[in-house]
Amino acid sequence: MATRAEVLARAAALRSVFERAGALTVETPILQPAELLLDLYGEDIRARAYVTSDALRGEQMLRPDFTVPVVQMHMAQGAEPARYTYAGEVFRRQESDAGRANEYMQVGYEVFDRADVAAADAEVFALFSEVVAGLGLRAATGDIGILMAAVAGLETTEARRAALMRHIWRPKRFRALIDRFAGRTPVPPTRAALLASDDPFADIGADIGVRTREEVEARIETLRADAASPPLGGAQLAALEALAEVRGPSPVALKRLDRLAGDLPTIRPALERTRARLAAMEARGIDTATLDFEASYGRTSMEYYDGFVFGFYAPGRDDLPAVATGGRYDALTRRLGNGSEIPAVGGVLRPGLMILLEAGS
Amino acid sequence: MTLKLGVPSKGRLMEKTFDWFAERGIALSRTGSDREYAGAVEGIEGIALVLLSAGEVPRELAAGRIHLGVTGTDLIHEKLALWQSQLAEVAPMGFGHADLVIAVPRLWADVDTLDDLDAAAAAFRARHGYRLRIATKYHRLTREFLQGAGVADYALVDSQGATEGTVKNETAEAIADITSSGETLRANHLKILADGLILQSQATLWQSLVAEYAPEDRKALAALLERVG
Repeated sequence: MATRAEVLARAAALRSVFERAGALTVETPILQPAELLLDLYGEDIRARAYVTSDALRGEQMLRPDFTVPVVQMHMAQGAEPARYTYAGEVFRRQESDAGRANEYMQVGYEVFDRADVAAADAEVFALFSEVVAGLGLRAATGDIGILMAAVAGLETTEARRAALMRHIWRPKRFRALIDRFAGRTPVPPTRAALLASDDPFADIGADIGVRTREEVEARIETLRADAASPPLGGAQLAALEALAEVRGPSPVALKRLDRLAGDLPTIRPALERTRARLAAMEARGIDTATLDFEASYGRTSMEYYDGFVFGFYAPGRDDLPAVATGGRYDALTRRLGNGSEIPAVGGVLRPGLMILLEAGS
Repeated sequence: MTLKLGVPSKGRLMEKTFDWFAERGIALSRTGSDREYAGAVEGIEGIALVLLSAGEVPRELAAGRIHLGVTGTDLIHEKLALWQSQLAEVAPMGFGHADLVIAVPRLWADVDTLDDLDAAAAAFRARHGYRLRIATKYHRLTREFLQGAGVADYALVDSQGATEGTVKNETAEAIADITSSGETLRANHLKILADGLILQSQATLWQSLVAEYAPEDRKALAALLERVG
């Protein structure tokens, strides 16, 4: 095990690398207002972050990551373009695996730059590749924007597109929705009875609660409209399902996605962005011919990445989390920007894991 | 050292536990005045009775301060994330049956499954500007259950009692609570979701795997297990 002093020294060294790459060092408070994080991530964050409270400020969270406070800081006062770096502890509640750290050092690099999105993606990825070079890590990449574009272009009702979009980051629920919209899952008997009923409110007792009868009626209307819509199917559905499975060396994966774009034309701009990114990576010396690309990569992480995503993993060490992860989070800047937004991409490293792997090899 | 058996200190749960052991030839009793929490064990050697709140039994077992304890499955699963490695289930005791369920107002004719709950939560948040509130005291079990089912746009709010009343009082839109007959739910105009069963619970005798056992404790344990196993 690396000592705390060793990890701190490595974190400082990594931060200097990022400073030399042009980043400004920033600090963020350890205690974050819980409300904002809950609003962004929902109740699931409580399983991953430590919550504490006092009578004055209410619920606070020990920072589970730096991205949200750094974005907030930039949106409030940052000049453009901007590059930031930071090093410090993050805290992750562990409820099922006692072997996983609940407190560890993270070093990050974030780029807020509207000039050239592909170049910014490539800059971050190349910088992280360089920093972890020598550890023999496997790089994983993907682009959540492709799947989002595919869903946005589905020829079905707006309600179905919205439902699928909402669950992009929950693959299991996404699949269940697809099965239902495609008519593969039988309609639950109670649903069938509800839609056939002349008086859905025959046996309701009293009207109670904040959710009103009118809201219930509105949803029954939505369900009726959905039942009347033709099932999702045909070439488009097949293409969407094939898209989620695409995985291989980047040029091969991209070729497959190009073919799927015949049935899903709305993904073309996202594919162009991917192509431009690969060219920018190549220009920075990355061998993209062997770089792995997975269309579904990053869907189970915290739901703020909405474009390029990447991670670096130690092969044969499935017991270890990723050594580095990152991605593009344009939508997060919109959520936190009070009306303004800026393309943003970044990543984080775990110096403790780097030392551990070096000691093992 | 003696083998410590933790038993709920009050009410029906205590009485039923005493009856259950009595049927197996082990007499548990409270000693001293009505108000004193002291107890005795007769009919078996080397076992001491510890009377405590059912809610504290999980913690005491996990800390190894008692060797055996009686409490509901619901409390063990809620309070101990790693209960499988800390405890062994000795015997379900056949009483204290209760289901932890998700319940919503009967007014919600459109909501019968978790799938519906998720869709209703999305619409609710869009309309009211806050996430659909689910009142419970079983935070961990409820969150894991809903997360596993991919339900989003809800918030858990803490309710340590009279949870069935929170919907009418408009401090929550739905609840996750223990029910045995469902009567209290019905009386409060609520219904259980078709796939809303989180956990079936009953009073259970547990053994701590982390407590220290002296040789005489092992003997007492073996004798007890023979009677109740």
